Amino acid sequence: MEHLISLFVETVFVNNLLLAYFLGMCSFLAVSKRVDTAIGLGLAVIFVEVITVPTNWAIHHFLLAPGALAWAGLPDVDLSFLGFISYIAVIAAMVQLVEMVIDRYSPALYSSLGIFLPLIAVNCAILGASLFMVEREYTLAESAVFGLGAGVGFALAIVAMAAIREKLRYSQIPDGLRGLGITMLITGLMAMAFMSFSGISL
Amino acid sequence: MSLFSKKNQVFLKDPLMDNNPISTQVLGICSALAVTVQLQTAVVMSLAVIFVLSISNVAISLLRNKVPSNIRIIVELAIIATLVILVDQVLKAYLYDISKQLSVFVGLIITNCIVLGRAEAFALQNKPWPSFLDGVGNALGYSIILLTVAFGRELLGSGTIFGFQVIPDAAYAAGYQNMGLMVLAPGAFILLGLIIWVQRALSGTVTE
Repeated sequence: MEHLISLFVETVFVNNLLLAYFLGMCSFLAVSKRVDTAIGLGLAVIFVEVITVPTNWAIHHFLLAPGALAWAGLPDVDLSFLGFISYIAVIAAMVQLVEMVIDRYSPALYSSLGIFLPLIAVNCAILGASLFMVEREYTLAESAVFGLGAGVGFALAIVAMAAIREKLRYSQIPDGLRGLGITMLITGLMAMAFMSFSGISL
Repeated sequence: MSLFSKKNQVFLKDPLMDNNPISTQVLGICSALAVTVQLQTAVVMSLAVIFVLSISNVAISLLRNKVPSNIRIIVELAIIATLVILVDQVLKAYLYDISKQLSVFVGLIITNCIVLGRAEAFALQNKPWPSFLDGVGNALGYSIILLTVAFGRELLGSGTIFGFQVIPDAAYAAGYQNMGLMVLAPGAFILLGLIIWVQRALSGTVTE
């Protein structure tokens, strides 16, 4: 249990997908102009990460990994080269499914998350989390915690960035630096601030 | 129309500077930063993206009148994912060490916004040859930024270029130190921010 909590804290702060591994930058830059939309995207990412990482764990573990098909009497089959295409298909399908379920049971949530859900299918942070899960050989419990942590970390970074950018609108910035340039510099400073969390272990 | 008419040259040249995918269109930043600690990995990544982007643009352009528009995204993703798997398998077979260093970032070419973005914005409306040029042009524009960032990070962070030491030992003896920040994530963000500033000031594009 302690080990899982420590993994969670580490994923949110120290190994933040966005600030330490540069994943999900595209939507981070595009959607961080206003705080309320940033919160919407953040929630949607948490939601999808929590569902897709464990699902992809199951796909990897029972279908693709070398020897995973032993239960079907095929212990010599290694399908791991199909990894990328299966994970992206799972993500696209899951996003579609989540969209339909939310639309059916919670129209209010749907109208606030609605436009962000399709965007998430091509967010590098989602696929990245699944690939890291495979590379680091997490167990099922670890991958669920890792998915949650990855989503929370992304949400935290994007909401903080949106808050800074709302204030930034009133400041005088040189022409060429306006927009993308200054956002990258601030992201750099934010990444530096998050690095001070490294060394924390529970 | 000749193969390299004025119009076709524009497809190739425009993304290199004025309409650069990273600094102007804001696409594909995800993977641009993670692989730039060393020039070597950046070169391999650039080659992989040039391959995937040009071939996927041609394939999608060939299929553009056959695929119903409501399932086009999944078709595009399937094409791109297939090409990326190809690249990944080749790297694992011939450049195993570099493929280990690139870790998940080869796979992430699938969700690199440049590839899907050019497929949607260009290949779906144009013939295969212009799409090929557009793919190569955009991938080269991406590579230029990638290599510039990698050059800066490797030179300042480790004092080497392609693994060869370029800062003389005398400089270290005189108290010069490598800039540890450049090897870490914040260095990449700050360097890219500065490059975008220079690039936008030169080409005069002011957005937002």
